Amino acid sequence: MKRLGLISAQLGVAVVLLLLWHVLTTMPWGAGGKPLVPPFFFSTPLDVIARIHKWFSEGTIWRHLWITLTESALAFVIGSVAGVLVGFWFARQPLIAAIFDPYVKMVNALPRIVLAPIFTLWFGLGIASKVALGVTLVFFIVFFNVYQGVREVSPTVLANARMLGMNERQLMRHVYWPSALSWMFSSLHTSVGFAVVGAVVGEYLGSAAGLGYLILQAEGTFDIAGVFAGMFVLAVFVLVIDGLVTLVERRLLVWRPTAADTHK
Amino acid sequence: MEALQKEGSRPDTGPAAGLPAVRFDGTRVAFVIKNNPYVAVERADLEVADGEFVSIVGPTGCGKSTLLNIAAGLITPSAGAIEISGKPLKGLNRQAGYLFQADSLFPWKTVLENVAIGLEVANVGQQAARERAHGWLKRVGLGAFTDRYPHMLSGGQRKRVGLAQVLIRDPKILLMDEPFGPLDAQTRQIMGNLLLDLWSADKKAVLFVTHDLEEAIALSDRVVIMAAGPNSRIIGNWKIDLARPRDISDIRLEHRFHEIHREIWTKLKDEVMKGYSQAGGEG
Ligand SMILES: Nc1ncnc2c1ncn2[C@@H]1O[C@H](COP(=O)(O)OP(=O)(O)OP(=O)(O)O)[C@@H](O)[C@H]1O
Ligand SMILES: [Mg+2]
Repeated sequence: MKRLGLISAQLGVAVVLLLLWHVLTTMPWGAGGKPLVPPFFFSTPLDVIARIHKWFSEGTIWRHLWITLTESALAFVIGSVAGVLVGFWFARQPLIAAIFDPYVKMVNALPRIVLAPIFTLWFGLGIASKVALGVTLVFFIVFFNVYQGVREVSPTVLANARMLGMNERQLMRHVYWPSALSWMFSSLHTSVGFAVVGAVVGEYLGSAAGLGYLILQAEGTFDIAGVFAGMFVLAVFVLVIDGLVTLVERRLLVWRPTAADTHK
Repeated sequence: MEALQKEGSRPDTGPAAGLPAVRFDGTRVAFVIKNNPYVAVERADLEVADGEFVSIVGPTGCGKSTLLNIAAGLITPSAGAIEISGKPLKGLNRQAGYLFQADSLFPWKTVLENVAIGLEVANVGQQAARERAHGWLKRVGLGAFTDRYPHMLSGGQRKRVGLAQVLIRDPKILLMDEPFGPLDAQTRQIMGNLLLDLWSADKKAVLFVTHDLEEAIALSDRVVIMAAGPNSRIIGNWKIDLARPRDISDIRLEHRFHEIHREIWTKLKDEVMKGYSQAGGEG
Protein backbone atom coordinates (compact mmCIF):
# COMPACT_ATOMS: atom_id res chain seq x y z
CA MET A 1 0.00 0.00 0.00
CA LYS A 2 1.20 3.52 -0.74
CA ARG A 3 2.17 5.63 2.22
CA LEU A 4 -0.70 8.11 1.86
CA GLY A 5 -3.25 5.32 1.55
CA LEU A 6 -1.86 3.68 4.67
CA ILE A 7 -2.05 6.87 6.70
CA SER A 8 -5.63 7.57 5.61
CA ALA A 9 -6.61 4.00 6.49
CA GLN A 10 -5.02 4.45 9.92
CA LEU A 11 -6.88 7.74 10.43
CA GLY A 12 -10.06 6.07 9.20
CA VAL A 13 -9.86 3.52 12.02
CA ALA A 14 -9.55 6.35 14.56
CA VAL A 15 -12.51 8.24 13.07
CA VAL A 16 -14.75 5.17 13.08
CA LEU A 17 -13.88 4.31 16.68
CA LEU A 18 -14.39 7.91 17.86
CA LEU A 19 -17.72 8.13 16.05
CA LEU A 20 -18.90 4.85 17.53
CA TRP A 21 -17.87 6.02 20.98
CA HIS A 22 -19.61 9.34 20.46
CA VAL A 23 -22.84 7.76 19.21
CA LEU A 24 -23.02 5.18 21.98
CA THR A 25 -22.40 7.66 24.78
CA THR A 26 -24.56 10.60 23.59
CA MET A 27 -27.48 9.37 21.44
CA PRO A 28 -30.61 8.77 23.56
CA TRP A 29 -31.30 5.27 22.24
CA GLY A 30 -31.27 3.33 25.48
CA ALA A 31 -33.97 2.67 28.06
CA GLY A 32 -35.66 5.87 29.28
CA GLY A 33 -34.06 8.09 26.66
CA LYS A 34 -30.59 7.52 28.11
CA PRO A 35 -27.53 6.71 25.97
CA LEU A 36 -26.77 3.03 25.43
CA VAL A 37 -23.49 3.39 27.29
CA PRO A 38 -23.40 5.53 30.44
CA PRO A 39 -21.09 8.52 29.91
CA PHE A 40 -20.33 8.58 33.62
CA PHE A 41 -18.23 5.44 33.21
CA PHE A 42 -17.08 5.94 29.63
CA SER A 43 -17.06 9.72 29.24
CA THR A 44 -17.57 11.09 25.74
CA PRO A 45 -15.05 11.95 23.02
CA LEU A 46 -15.99 15.63 23.12
CA ASP A 47 -15.46 15.83 26.88
CA VAL A 48 -12.10 14.15 26.53
CA ILE A 49 -11.05 16.46 23.70
CA ALA A 50 -12.21 19.46 25.70
CA ARG A 51 -10.16 18.26 28.66
CA ILE A 52 -7.02 17.76 26.55
CA HIS A 53 -7.56 21.18 25.02
CA LYS A 54 -7.88 22.71 28.46
CA TRP A 55 -4.65 21.08 29.65
CA PHE A 56 -2.71 22.37 26.72
CA SER A 57 -4.28 25.84 26.59
CA GLU A 58 -3.72 26.37 30.31
CA GLY A 59 -0.27 24.86 29.95
CA THR A 60 -0.60 22.62 33.02
CA ILE A 61 0.23 19.49 31.03
CA TRP A 62 3.71 20.54 30.03
CA ARG A 63 5.20 20.06 33.46
CA HIS A 64 3.81 16.52 33.69
CA LEU A 65 4.99 15.62 30.21
CA TRP A 66 8.41 17.00 30.97
CA ILE A 67 8.70 15.01 34.19
CA THR A 68 7.67 11.76 32.51
CA LEU A 69 10.02 12.42 29.63
CA THR A 70 12.91 13.12 31.98
CA GLU A 71 12.25 9.96 33.95
CA SER A 72 11.99 7.84 30.80
CA ALA A 73 15.13 9.31 29.30
CA LEU A 74 17.15 8.84 32.47
CA ALA A 75 15.88 5.29 32.91
CA PHE A 76 16.74 4.51 29.30
CA VAL A 77 20.24 5.98 29.42
CA ILE A 78 21.22 4.52 32.79
CA GLY A 79 19.66 1.13 32.04
CA SER A 80 21.31 0.96 28.61
CA VAL A 81 24.76 1.95 29.80
CA ALA A 82 24.61 -0.56 32.64
CA GLY A 83 23.21 -3.23 30.30
CA VAL A 84 25.94 -2.68 27.73
CA LEU A 85 28.73 -2.74 30.29
CA VAL A 86 27.52 -5.82 32.16
CA GLY A 87 26.51 -7.57 28.94
CA PHE A 88 29.99 -7.05 27.52
CA TRP A 89 31.66 -8.10 30.72
CA PHE A 90 29.65 -11.31 31.04
CA ALA A 91 30.10 -12.23 27.40
CA ARG A 92 33.88 -11.86 27.63
CA GLN A 93 34.13 -13.62 31.01
CA PRO A 94 32.23 -16.90 30.71
CA LEU A 95 33.09 -17.85 34.30
CA ILE A 96 31.48 -14.70 35.70
CA ALA A 97 28.48 -15.28 33.47
CA ALA A 98 28.14 -18.85 34.68
CA ILE A 99 28.35 -17.83 38.35
CA PHE A 100 25.74 -15.10 38.06
CA ASP A 101 23.49 -16.92 35.64
CA PRO A 102 20.86 -18.15 38.17
CA TYR A 103 20.74 -14.74 39.88
CA VAL A 104 20.24 -12.91 36.63
CA LYS A 105 17.37 -15.23 35.80
CA MET A 106 15.85 -14.83 39.26
CA VAL A 107 15.89 -11.06 39.21
CA ASN A 108 14.62 -10.97 35.65
CA ALA A 109 11.69 -13.23 36.52
CA LEU A 110 10.63 -10.89 39.31
CA PRO A 111 7.63 -8.70 38.40
CA ARG A 112 9.18 -5.24 38.65
CA ILE A 113 5.97 -3.76 40.06
CA VAL A 114 6.67 -5.33 43.45
CA LEU A 115 9.86 -3.28 43.55
CA ALA A 116 8.05 0.02 43.15
CA PRO A 117 7.11 0.48 46.84
CA ILE A 118 10.63 -0.45 47.89
CA PHE A 119 12.10 2.08 45.49
CA THR A 120 9.72 4.73 46.82
CA LEU A 121 10.95 3.89 50.29
CA TRP A 122 14.58 4.07 49.25
CA PHE A 123 14.54 6.96 46.81
CA GLY A 124 11.50 8.96 47.92
CA LEU A 125 8.51 10.20 45.96
CA GLY A 126 10.55 12.23 43.47
CA ILE A 127 11.76 11.15 40.04
CA ALA A 128 14.60 8.95 41.38
CA SER A 129 12.30 6.06 42.36
CA LYS A 130 10.64 6.10 38.90
CA VAL A 131 13.99 6.14 37.17
CA ALA A 132 15.07 3.18 39.28
CA LEU A 133 12.00 1.21 38.26
CA GLY A 134 12.56 1.99 34.57
CA VAL A 135 16.23 1.04 34.89
CA THR A 136 15.37 -2.45 36.16
CA LEU A 137 13.22 -2.95 33.08
CA VAL A 138 15.57 -1.47 30.47
CA PHE A 139 18.71 -3.02 31.92
CA PHE A 140 17.69 -6.62 31.31
CA ILE A 141 16.56 -6.08 27.74
CA VAL A 142 19.78 -4.34 26.81
CA PHE A 143 21.88 -6.74 28.84
CA PHE A 144 20.51 -9.87 27.17
CA ASN A 145 20.83 -8.38 23.72
CA VAL A 146 24.39 -7.17 24.17
CA TYR A 147 25.39 -10.48 25.73
CA GLN A 148 23.91 -12.29 22.75
CA GLY A 149 25.43 -9.84 20.27
CA VAL A 150 28.95 -10.33 21.61
CA ARG A 151 28.65 -14.11 21.70
CA GLU A 152 27.04 -14.54 18.32
CA VAL A 153 29.69 -12.83 16.24
CA SER A 154 30.28 -15.03 13.23
CA PRO A 155 33.36 -17.21 13.92
CA THR A 156 34.60 -16.55 10.39
CA VAL A 157 34.35 -12.79 10.80
CA LEU A 158 36.19 -13.11 14.09
CA ALA A 159 38.90 -15.31 12.58
CA ASN A 160 39.23 -12.83 9.72
CA ALA A 161 39.62 -9.95 12.16
CA ARG A 162 42.39 -11.83 13.95
CA MET A 163 44.14 -12.69 10.70
CA LEU A 164 43.99 -9.03 9.71
CA GLY A 165 46.12 -8.35 12.76
CA MET A 166 43.63 -7.03 15.31
CA ASN A 167 44.59 -7.23 18.96
CA GLU A 168 42.05 -7.67 21.76
CA ARG A 169 41.32 -3.96 22.02
CA GLN A 170 40.81 -3.61 18.28
CA LEU A 171 38.59 -6.68 18.22
CA MET A 172 36.44 -4.99 20.86
CA ARG A 173 36.16 -1.82 18.85
CA HIS A 174 35.76 -3.19 15.34
CA VAL A 175 33.98 -6.50 15.91
CA TYR A 176 32.35 -7.10 19.29
CA TRP A 177 31.16 -3.56 19.83
CA PRO A 178 29.38 -3.07 16.47
CA SER A 179 27.83 -6.51 16.75
CA ALA A 180 26.58 -5.87 20.29
CA LEU A 181 25.26 -2.45 19.32
CA SER A 182 23.35 -3.85 16.39
CA TRP A 183 21.62 -6.29 18.71
CA MET A 184 20.93 -3.54 21.19
CA PHE A 185 19.48 -1.27 18.53
CA SER A 186 17.28 -4.03 17.25
CA SER A 187 15.62 -3.98 20.67
CA LEU A 188 15.54 -0.19 20.87
CA HIS A 189 11.77 0.05 20.51
CA THR A 190 11.23 -2.42 23.32
CA SER A 191 13.71 -0.84 25.71
CA VAL A 192 12.49 2.72 25.09
CA GLY A 193 8.92 1.50 25.55
CA PHE A 194 9.82 -0.11 28.85
CA ALA A 195 11.55 3.04 30.04
CA VAL A 196 8.23 4.88 29.59
CA VAL A 197 6.30 2.05 31.23
CA GLY A 198 8.63 2.15 34.23
CA ALA A 199 8.18 5.91 34.59
CA VAL A 200 4.40 5.91 34.28
CA VAL A 201 3.83 2.89 36.52
CA GLY A 202 6.14 4.43 39.10
CA GLU A 203 4.20 7.68 38.99
CA TYR A 204 0.93 5.83 39.21
CA LEU A 205 2.02 4.05 42.37
CA GLY A 206 3.05 7.19 44.18
CA SER A 207 4.24 10.58 43.03
CA ALA A 208 3.49 14.29 42.80
CA ALA A 209 3.80 14.83 39.05
CA GLY A 210 3.89 13.11 35.66
CA LEU A 211 1.37 11.51 33.32
CA GLY A 212 0.87 8.55 35.65
CA TYR A 213 0.10 10.97 38.47
CA LEU A 214 -2.38 12.81 36.27
CA ILE A 215 -4.26 9.61 35.51
CA LEU A 216 -4.21 8.55 39.15
CA GLN A 217 -5.58 11.95 40.26
CA ALA A 218 -8.45 11.72 37.79
CA GLU A 219 -9.29 8.18 38.89
CA GLY A 220 -9.35 9.29 42.52
CA THR A 221 -12.19 11.71 41.77
CA PHE A 222 -14.05 9.46 39.30
CA ASP A 223 -13.12 11.96 36.61
CA ILE A 224 -13.33 9.53 33.72
CA ALA A 225 -12.77 12.22 31.09
CA GLY A 226 -9.51 13.04 32.87
CA VAL A 227 -8.45 9.38 32.87
CA PHE A 228 -9.11 9.01 29.16
CA ALA A 229 -7.45 12.33 28.39
CA GLY A 230 -4.37 11.21 30.34
CA MET A 231 -4.30 7.92 28.46
CA PHE A 232 -4.52 9.66 25.09
CA VAL A 233 -1.75 12.08 25.90
CA LEU A 234 0.37 9.16 27.03
CA ALA A 235 -0.40 7.20 23.87
CA VAL A 236 0.58 10.10 21.61
CA PHE A 237 3.68 10.69 23.71
CA VAL A 238 4.73 7.06 23.15
CA LEU A 239 3.99 7.30 19.41
CA VAL A 240 6.18 10.38 19.07
CA ILE A 241 9.04 8.76 20.97
CA ASP A 242 8.70 5.60 18.89
CA GLY A 243 8.88 7.68 15.72
CA LEU A 244 12.09 9.30 16.96
CA VAL A 245 13.53 5.86 17.73
CA THR A 246 12.74 4.74 14.19
CA LEU A 247 14.62 7.74 12.82
CA VAL A 248 17.65 7.01 15.00
CA GLU A 249 17.52 3.34 14.05
CA ARG A 250 17.50 4.10 10.32
CA ARG A 251 20.64 6.14 10.69
CA LEU A 252 22.50 3.68 12.88
CA LEU A 253 21.67 0.44 11.13
CA VAL A 254 22.22 1.46 7.50
CA TRP A 255 24.45 -1.54 6.99
CA ARG A 256 21.66 -3.98 7.79
CA PRO A 257 20.01 -5.88 4.97
CA THR A 258 16.36 -4.90 4.59
CA ALA A 259 13.73 -6.56 2.49
CA ALA A 260 12.63 -3.65 0.32
CA ASP A 261 15.73 -2.14 -1.25
CA THR A 262 14.52 -2.20 -4.83
CA HIS A 263 13.71 0.95 -6.74
CA LYS A 264 10.05 1.37 -7.56
CA MET B 1 51.91 -9.42 19.65
CA GLU B 2 51.92 -5.68 20.27
CA ALA B 3 55.39 -5.40 18.83
CA LEU B 4 54.40 -7.16 15.63
CA GLN B 5 51.40 -4.92 15.25
CA LYS B 6 53.53 -1.82 15.30
CA GLU B 7 55.92 -2.86 12.61
CA GLY B 8 53.52 -2.10 9.85
CA SER B 9 51.82 -4.26 7.34
CA ARG B 10 54.35 -7.04 7.09
CA PRO B 11 56.18 -8.54 10.07
CA ASP B 12 59.90 -9.14 9.77
CA THR B 13 60.68 -12.49 8.25
CA GLY B 14 63.99 -13.08 10.01
CA PRO B 15 66.65 -15.55 8.91
CA ALA B 16 64.32 -17.74 6.91
CA ALA B 17 66.04 -17.73 3.53
CA GLY B 18 66.08 -21.15 1.93
CA LEU B 19 63.60 -22.63 4.39
CA PRO B 20 60.13 -23.41 3.11
CA ALA B 21 57.57 -20.71 3.87
CA VAL B 22 55.07 -23.34 4.93
CA ARG B 23 55.84 -26.93 5.84
CA PHE B 24 53.32 -29.58 6.84
CA ASP B 25 55.19 -32.48 8.37
CA GLY B 26 53.10 -35.56 9.01
CA THR B 27 50.24 -33.25 9.94
CA ARG B 28 47.13 -35.05 11.14
CA VAL B 29 43.80 -33.44 11.99
CA ALA B 30 41.08 -35.20 13.96
CA PHE B 31 37.93 -33.40 15.07
CA VAL B 32 35.85 -34.58 17.96
CA ILE B 33 32.20 -35.07 17.10
CA LYS B 34 29.97 -36.28 19.96
CA ASN B 35 33.01 -37.71 21.75
CA ASN B 36 34.08 -39.67 18.68
CA PRO B 37 37.18 -38.69 16.80
CA TYR B 38 36.65 -37.87 13.15
CA VAL B 39 39.92 -37.97 11.26
CA ALA B 40 39.61 -35.37 8.54
CA VAL B 41 43.24 -35.47 7.42
CA GLU B 42 45.21 -38.63 8.14
CA ARG B 43 48.57 -37.32 7.09
CA ALA B 44 49.73 -34.30 5.12
CA ASP B 45 53.30 -33.73 4.05
CA LEU B 46 53.70 -30.60 2.00
CA GLU B 47 56.22 -27.85 1.53
CA VAL B 48 55.59 -24.48 -0.01
CA ALA B 49 58.87 -22.79 -0.84
CA ASP B 50 59.37 -19.05 -0.56
CA GLY B 51 57.75 -17.50 -3.58
CA GLU B 52 56.13 -20.72 -4.70
CA PHE B 53 52.53 -20.95 -5.90
CA VAL B 54 50.94 -24.22 -4.79
CA SER B 55 47.35 -25.26 -5.41
CA ILE B 56 45.42 -27.87 -3.50
CA VAL B 57 42.70 -29.68 -5.40
CA GLY B 58 40.46 -32.37 -4.05
CA PRO B 59 36.88 -33.52 -3.69
CA THR B 60 34.58 -31.64 -1.38
CA GLY B 61 35.07 -32.43 2.28
CA CYS B 62 38.60 -33.76 1.85
CA GLY B 63 40.19 -31.28 4.22
CA LYS B 64 41.47 -28.46 2.02
CA SER B 65 40.08 -25.71 4.20
CA THR B 66 41.30 -27.62 7.23
CA LEU B 67 44.87 -27.50 5.93
CA LEU B 68 44.62 -23.75 5.35
CA ASN B 69 43.27 -23.27 8.87
CA ILE B 70 46.29 -25.17 10.15
CA ALA B 71 48.66 -22.99 8.15
CA ALA B 72 46.88 -19.90 9.47
CA GLY B 73 47.24 -21.11 13.04
CA LEU B 74 43.49 -21.07 13.61
CA ILE B 75 43.51 -24.75 14.53
CA THR B 76 46.39 -26.88 15.75
CA PRO B 77 47.25 -30.28 14.31
CA SER B 78 46.37 -33.37 16.35
CA ALA B 79 49.75 -34.81 15.48
CA GLY B 80 52.69 -33.89 13.32
CA ALA B 81 54.00 -30.39 12.83
CA ILE B 82 53.37 -27.17 10.99
CA GLU B 83 56.35 -24.91 10.41
CA ILE B 84 56.41 -21.39 9.07
CA SER B 85 59.78 -20.29 7.69
CA GLY B 86 61.41 -23.11 9.59
CA LYS B 87 59.84 -22.31 12.96
CA PRO B 88 57.02 -24.31 14.53
CA LEU B 89 53.86 -22.23 14.37
CA LYS B 90 52.53 -21.16 17.74
CA GLY B 91 49.30 -19.20 17.81
CA LEU B 92 48.24 -17.23 14.78
CA ASN B 93 50.37 -17.05 11.67
CA ARG B 94 51.25 -13.37 11.60
CA GLN B 95 52.95 -13.59 8.22
CA ALA B 96 49.89 -14.91 6.47
CA GLY B 97 46.94 -13.31 4.80
CA TYR B 98 43.90 -15.57 4.66
CA LEU B 99 41.01 -15.28 2.23
CA PHE B 100 38.29 -17.41 3.79
CA GLN B 101 35.92 -19.69 1.94
CA ALA B 102 32.92 -18.40 3.91
CA ASP B 103 31.74 -14.80 4.08
CA SER B 104 34.10 -12.95 6.35
CA LEU B 105 33.65 -9.25 5.63
CA PHE B 106 32.54 -6.98 8.44
CA PRO B 107 28.87 -6.38 7.68
CA TRP B 108 28.81 -3.09 9.61
CA LYS B 109 31.68 -1.55 7.63
CA THR B 110 31.48 -0.15 4.12
CA VAL B 111 33.47 -1.78 1.35
CA LEU B 112 36.15 0.91 1.68
CA GLU B 113 36.34 0.55 5.46
CA ASN B 114 36.53 -3.22 5.12
CA VAL B 115 39.56 -2.97 2.88
CA ALA B 116 41.27 -0.20 4.85
CA ILE B 117 40.85 -1.82 8.26
CA GLY B 118 43.88 -4.11 7.91
CA LEU B 119 46.11 -1.07 7.53
CA GLU B 120 44.33 1.03 10.13
CA VAL B 121 44.84 -1.56 12.85
CA ALA B 122 48.51 -1.61 11.88
CA ASN B 123 48.67 2.10 12.69
CA VAL B 124 48.61 3.45 9.17
CA GLY B 125 46.75 6.75 9.31
CA GLN B 126 43.11 6.60 8.31
CA GLN B 127 43.54 8.98 5.39
CA ALA B 128 46.46 7.06 3.89
CA ALA B 129 44.82 3.69 4.56
CA ARG B 130 41.66 4.72 2.76
CA GLU B 131 43.53 6.10 -0.21
CA ARG B 132 45.35 2.80 -0.62
CA ALA B 133 42.13 0.89 -0.11
CA HIS B 134 40.60 2.89 -2.93
CA GLY B 135 43.47 1.90 -5.19
CA TRP B 136 43.00 -1.75 -4.32
CA LEU B 137 39.29 -1.62 -4.94
CA LYS B 138 39.95 -0.22 -8.38
CA ARG B 139 42.33 -3.06 -9.08
CA VAL B 140 39.73 -5.67 -8.25
CA GLY B 141 37.19 -3.81 -10.36
CA LEU B 142 35.10 -2.34 -7.56
CA GLY B 143 36.12 1.31 -7.66
CA ALA B 144 32.48 2.39 -7.90
CA PHE B 145 31.33 0.34 -4.91
CA THR B 146 33.33 1.88 -2.09
CA ASP B 147 30.37 3.21 -0.09
CA ARG B 148 28.27 0.08 -0.20
CA TYR B 149 27.77 -2.34 2.63
CA PRO B 150 28.61 -6.02 2.09
CA HIS B 151 24.97 -7.12 1.98
CA MET B 152 24.50 -4.93 -1.10
CA LEU B 153 27.13 -6.86 -3.07
CA SER B 154 26.94 -10.04 -5.08
CA GLY B 155 28.84 -13.10 -3.92
CA GLY B 156 31.59 -12.52 -6.45
CA GLN B 157 31.91 -8.86 -5.52
CA ARG B 158 32.22 -9.81 -1.87
CA LYS B 159 35.00 -12.25 -2.70
CA ARG B 160 36.86 -9.51 -4.53
CA VAL B 161 36.50 -7.14 -1.59
CA GLY B 162 37.93 -9.94 0.55
CA LEU B 163 40.81 -10.27 -1.88
CA ALA B 164 41.59 -6.55 -1.62
CA GLN B 165 41.22 -6.74 2.15
CA VAL B 166 43.87 -9.42 2.37
CA LEU B 167 46.25 -8.17 -0.30
CA ILE B 168 46.41 -4.59 0.96
CA ARG B 169 48.38 -5.85 3.97
CA ASP B 170 50.97 -7.33 1.63
CA PRO B 171 51.35 -10.62 3.51
CA LYS B 172 54.36 -12.81 2.84
CA ILE B 173 52.23 -15.94 2.76
CA LEU B 174 48.86 -16.01 1.02
CA LEU B 175 46.25 -18.58 1.96
CA MET B 176 43.33 -18.53 -0.43
CA ASP B 177 40.27 -20.74 -0.13
CA GLU B 178 38.37 -20.90 -3.41
CA PRO B 179 38.74 -17.16 -3.92
CA PHE B 180 37.29 -17.21 -7.43
CA GLY B 181 34.57 -19.74 -6.72
CA PRO B 182 31.53 -17.52 -7.35
CA LEU B 183 32.98 -15.60 -10.30
CA ASP B 184 32.09 -15.98 -13.96
CA ALA B 185 34.71 -17.36 -16.35
CA GLN B 186 35.84 -13.96 -17.65
CA THR B 187 36.18 -12.29 -14.25
CA ARG B 188 37.92 -15.40 -13.02
CA GLN B 189 40.59 -14.97 -15.65
CA ILE B 190 40.98 -11.28 -14.97
CA MET B 191 41.36 -11.95 -11.26
CA GLY B 192 43.70 -14.87 -11.93
CA ASN B 193 45.95 -12.73 -14.07
CA LEU B 194 45.83 -9.96 -11.47
CA LEU B 195 46.87 -12.45 -8.82
CA LEU B 196 49.75 -13.71 -10.95
CA ASP B 197 50.90 -10.13 -11.61
CA LEU B 198 50.92 -9.31 -7.92
CA TRP B 199 52.59 -12.55 -7.07
CA SER B 200 55.36 -12.23 -9.63
CA ALA B 201 56.04 -8.62 -8.66
CA ASP B 202 57.05 -9.72 -5.19
CA LYS B 203 57.13 -13.44 -4.77
CA LYS B 204 54.80 -14.49 -2.02
CA ALA B 205 54.29 -18.07 -1.04
CA VAL B 206 50.76 -18.94 -2.09
CA LEU B 207 48.63 -21.83 -0.95
CA PHE B 208 45.59 -21.82 -3.18
CA VAL B 209 42.52 -24.04 -2.80
CA THR B 210 40.24 -24.62 -5.75
CA HIS B 211 37.86 -27.17 -7.21
CA ASP B 212 38.84 -26.16 -10.69
CA LEU B 213 41.75 -28.24 -11.88
CA GLU B 214 42.32 -26.11 -14.98
CA GLU B 215 42.59 -23.01 -12.86
CA ALA B 216 45.02 -24.76 -10.54
CA ILE B 217 47.27 -25.82 -13.40
CA ALA B 218 47.15 -22.43 -15.09
CA LEU B 219 48.15 -20.56 -11.95
CA SER B 220 50.50 -22.83 -10.07
CA ASP B 221 54.06 -24.03 -9.84
CA ARG B 222 52.78 -27.17 -8.21
CA VAL B 223 49.41 -28.88 -7.91
CA VAL B 224 48.64 -31.14 -4.98
CA ILE B 225 45.76 -33.61 -5.00
CA MET B 226 44.06 -34.78 -1.85
CA ALA B 227 42.18 -38.04 -1.42
CA ALA B 228 38.53 -38.07 -0.52
CA GLY B 229 37.84 -37.80 3.21
CA PRO B 230 37.70 -39.04 5.87
CA ASN B 231 41.30 -40.07 6.59
CA SER B 232 42.36 -37.95 3.67
CA ARG B 233 45.93 -37.85 2.47
CA ILE B 234 47.87 -36.09 -0.22
CA ILE B 235 47.91 -38.52 -3.10
CA GLY B 236 49.55 -36.59 -5.85
CA ASN B 237 52.03 -33.78 -6.26
CA TRP B 238 52.62 -32.47 -9.76
CA LYS B 239 55.18 -29.92 -10.79
CA ILE B 240 53.72 -27.66 -13.46
CA ASP B 241 56.51 -26.90 -15.89
CA LEU B 242 54.69 -24.31 -17.97
CA ALA B 243 56.69 -21.20 -18.75
CA ARG B 244 56.17 -17.94 -16.92
CA PRO B 245 54.96 -15.26 -17.19
CA ARG B 246 51.65 -16.84 -18.08
CA ASP B 247 48.39 -15.53 -19.34
CA ILE B 248 45.88 -17.90 -17.89
CA SER B 249 43.49 -17.78 -20.79
CA ASP B 250 46.17 -18.33 -23.44
CA ILE B 251 47.93 -21.02 -21.54
CA ARG B 252 44.91 -23.28 -21.74
CA LEU B 253 45.49 -23.59 -25.46
CA GLU B 254 48.98 -25.06 -25.09
CA HIS B 255 49.63 -28.70 -25.77
CA ARG B 256 51.59 -29.23 -22.57
CA PHE B 257 48.68 -27.86 -20.56
CA HIS B 258 46.43 -30.58 -21.90
CA GLU B 259 48.95 -33.29 -21.19
CA ILE B 260 49.25 -32.24 -17.57
CA HIS B 261 45.54 -31.85 -17.25
CA ARG B 262 44.81 -35.33 -18.56
CA GLU B 263 47.40 -36.88 -16.30
CA ILE B 264 46.03 -35.25 -13.14
CA TRP B 265 42.39 -35.61 -14.06
CA THR B 266 42.64 -39.38 -14.45
CA LYS B 267 43.73 -39.58 -10.84
CA LEU B 268 41.32 -36.96 -9.54
CA LYS B 269 38.25 -38.46 -11.21
CA ASP B 270 38.50 -41.66 -9.17
CA GLU B 271 38.80 -39.68 -5.97
CA VAL B 272 35.80 -37.51 -6.71
CA MET B 273 33.62 -40.57 -7.21
CA LYS B 274 35.00 -42.20 -4.07
CA GLY B 275 34.41 -39.07 -1.99
CA TYR B 276 30.83 -38.83 -3.16
CA SER B 277 29.95 -42.40 -2.25
CA GLN B 278 31.82 -42.33 1.08
CA ALA B 279 29.91 -39.27 2.23
CA GLY B 280 26.67 -41.15 1.72
CA GLY B 281 25.76 -40.24 -1.84
CA GLU B 282 24.12 -42.65 -4.23
CA GLY B 283 26.58 -44.08 -6.69
N1 LIG C 1 35.01 -27.98 13.24
C1 LIG C 1 34.79 -29.18 12.71
N2 LIG C 1 34.27 -30.16 13.46
C2 LIG C 1 34.06 -31.36 12.94
N3 LIG C 1 34.31 -31.72 11.67
C3 LIG C 1 34.84 -30.79 10.87
C4 LIG C 1 35.11 -29.46 11.33
N4 LIG C 1 35.61 -28.76 10.31
C5 LIG C 1 35.65 -29.60 9.26
N5 LIG C 1 35.20 -30.81 9.59
C6 LIG C 1 35.13 -32.00 8.72
O1 LIG C 1 36.40 -32.18 8.16
C7 LIG C 1 36.32 -32.55 6.80
C8 LIG C 1 37.13 -31.58 5.96
O2 LIG C 1 36.53 -30.30 5.99
P1 LIG C 1 37.07 -29.10 5.10
O3 LIG C 1 36.27 -27.93 5.41
O4 LIG C 1 38.53 -28.99 5.29
O5 LIG C 1 36.74 -29.64 3.63
P2 LIG C 1 37.11 -28.96 2.24
O6 LIG C 1 38.08 -29.86 1.56
O7 LIG C 1 37.51 -27.56 2.42
O8 LIG C 1 35.72 -29.06 1.48
P3 LIG C 1 35.07 -28.03 0.44
O9 LIG C 1 35.76 -28.21 -0.86
O10 LIG C 1 33.64 -28.49 0.36
O11 LIG C 1 35.23 -26.68 1.01
C9 LIG C 1 34.85 -32.55 6.45
O12 LIG C 1 34.38 -33.88 6.42
C10 LIG C 1 34.18 -31.79 7.55
O13 LIG C 1 32.92 -32.32 7.84
MG1 LIG D 1 36.65 -25.79 2.04
